[in-house]
Amino acid sequence: MTQELTEVSNPGETTGSSATLWLGAVILIGLVILGWLSFVVTEADIELEDTVRIMYVHVPVAIMGYAMFTICGIGSAMVLWKGSQWWDHVAGAAGEIGVVFGSLTLATGMIWGRPTWGTYWEWGDVRLVTALMLVLLYVGYLSLRSTTGVTGEPSRAAAVVGLLSVCMIPVVSRSVEWWDDRTLHQEATVTKLDPDIDGLMLFTLVFGIVIFMLIGAWLLIHRFRVAHLETELELYGVALAVEQRIAETTDVEAALSVAGNDRKDES
Amino acid sequence: MSHVGYIVAAWALTLGVLALYSVTILRRGRKLSSEVPPARRRWMSTDNADHV
Amino acid sequence: MIRDAYVIAAKDLRIELRSRTALSQLAPFVVLVAVLFGFALNADRTVLTEAASGLYWITVLFAAVLAIGRSFSIEVDDSVIDMLRLSDLEPPSIFAGKAAALAVQLVAIQLILIAAVVILYDARIEDPLLFIAAAVAATVGVAAAGTLYGVLVAGLRMRETLLPILLLPVLAPVLISATRAFDDALGNAAVNGWSWCGLLAALAVFYGVFGGWAFGALMEESR
Repeated sequence: MTQELTEVSNPGETTGSSATLWLGAVILIGLVILGWLSFVVTEADIELEDTVRIMYVHVPVAIMGYAMFTICGIGSAMVLWKGSQWWDHVAGAAGEIGVVFGSLTLATGMIWGRPTWGTYWEWGDVRLVTALMLVLLYVGYLSLRSTTGVTGEPSRAAAVVGLLSVCMIPVVSRSVEWWDDRTLHQEATVTKLDPDIDGLMLFTLVFGIVIFMLIGAWLLIHRFRVAHLETELELYGVALAVEQRIAETTDVEAALSVAGNDRKDES
Repeated sequence: MSHVGYIVAAWALTLGVLALYSVTILRRGRKLSSEVPPARRRWMSTDNADHV
Repeated sequence: MIRDAYVIAAKDLRIELRSRTALSQLAPFVVLVAVLFGFALNADRTVLTEAASGLYWITVLFAAVLAIGRSFSIEVDDSVIDMLRLSDLEPPSIFAGKAAALAVQLVAIQLILIAAVVILYDARIEDPLLFIAAAVAATVGVAAAGTLYGVLVAGLRMRETLLPILLLPVLAPVLISATRAFDDALGNAAVNGWSWCGLLAALAVFYGVFGGWAFGALMEESR
């Protein structure tokens, strides 16, 4: 037992495996093809002109943001239902990756908005405003997780927040949409984001979504393993401390019994 | 191509942030892997019963 | 269940009445914020009147964050929360009781805030029924969500800063709806305030049901 606990692994190990290595290779090749499709093969849009090329990253990133928030919600529900550590790692990992994708959605959306709407921020665009609220919501979730820290037990508080947050997605989206009704005249600029796209553009978009799904999966696997290792390290540290305590106690007992024997001998 | 700056910025930001985030995760994983003994590195366990 | 909730609510309100935090500190706080908004918007009457509903609800949210922090620090400081856990009170009853006590405090604060907004911002309540209905629905929503997040962060370090960043995004739909409903009640905008009021009621039910259900899971947390 003690030997197993004190044995330290050889450094140089990673969270990768042959599967993730292959996945990574496919992603890199896929990104090159996506770039080629987006910049060489597809034509500029009639309305959006060349800025349509931003869509091939913006839309996949946005979809992955929502997908990650949903996974986080499912994981949170499973933690509350089963008390599962595995799902707690999944929820935490998905929440963090979701914030990364969500922030990128905002950033690319604003970069696209500048040439299209003439402004970085358009309060009239429901999706952008909703995305900002969701990112803020999940930043709160992440700060709660970082405050509770690694305990080696799934966090029910984080799970409740994760579950409520995923329930808030339609609520936030709907209320922003209704709130937005006061600015009906801006609808025209907003719907410009939904151009009639031809077959090749649609293919590029779908291809981009698939590639970003793979990226999401790759990130999720690695981030999950990091979370798992963090917990294991925490539990290992605790187990090690317990071992040391027991060793100390037995040492003291041994010393005491030796001392007792000495005293007996003297008398 | 029109608006080259915006298009490049959007792509570079997306790929750059994702690459940076991936590297961060990989480095964290590498560091943690070296600190956790091999017996505790099983990824997909659902219970903690067989540890400790 | 209602009886248990009443016991908890009465306990919280009795503590509040004896310490007089709500009256002696939160009441001046909301007046202060109302005055500061006046300074920030350059005491422009037209702007203030138009923005009155939004400023009102922002002030209520800030005051709610403070009141929630207070409501759970009394539980944590004397480990009352452990007693509650040991008592045979059902978690949903405790949740309902604490939320009700919080709602009563928020109503008390709002009575002062209404006076401040009417006097300082020159707001006129044109539809008192809608005004009251929206205020009550929104208050219940804020109290329910606030109670849930209050217990969530109660035992954590840095709970003072954690509470607002967790709670305020969740309350954003309440802010939107309450502001729009008030815009109608104050005659600031031609919107259908009653449908917003309906959304507020739906949100209050949603936070209430979710909170009552999740409260049990959270009370187990540090058992």
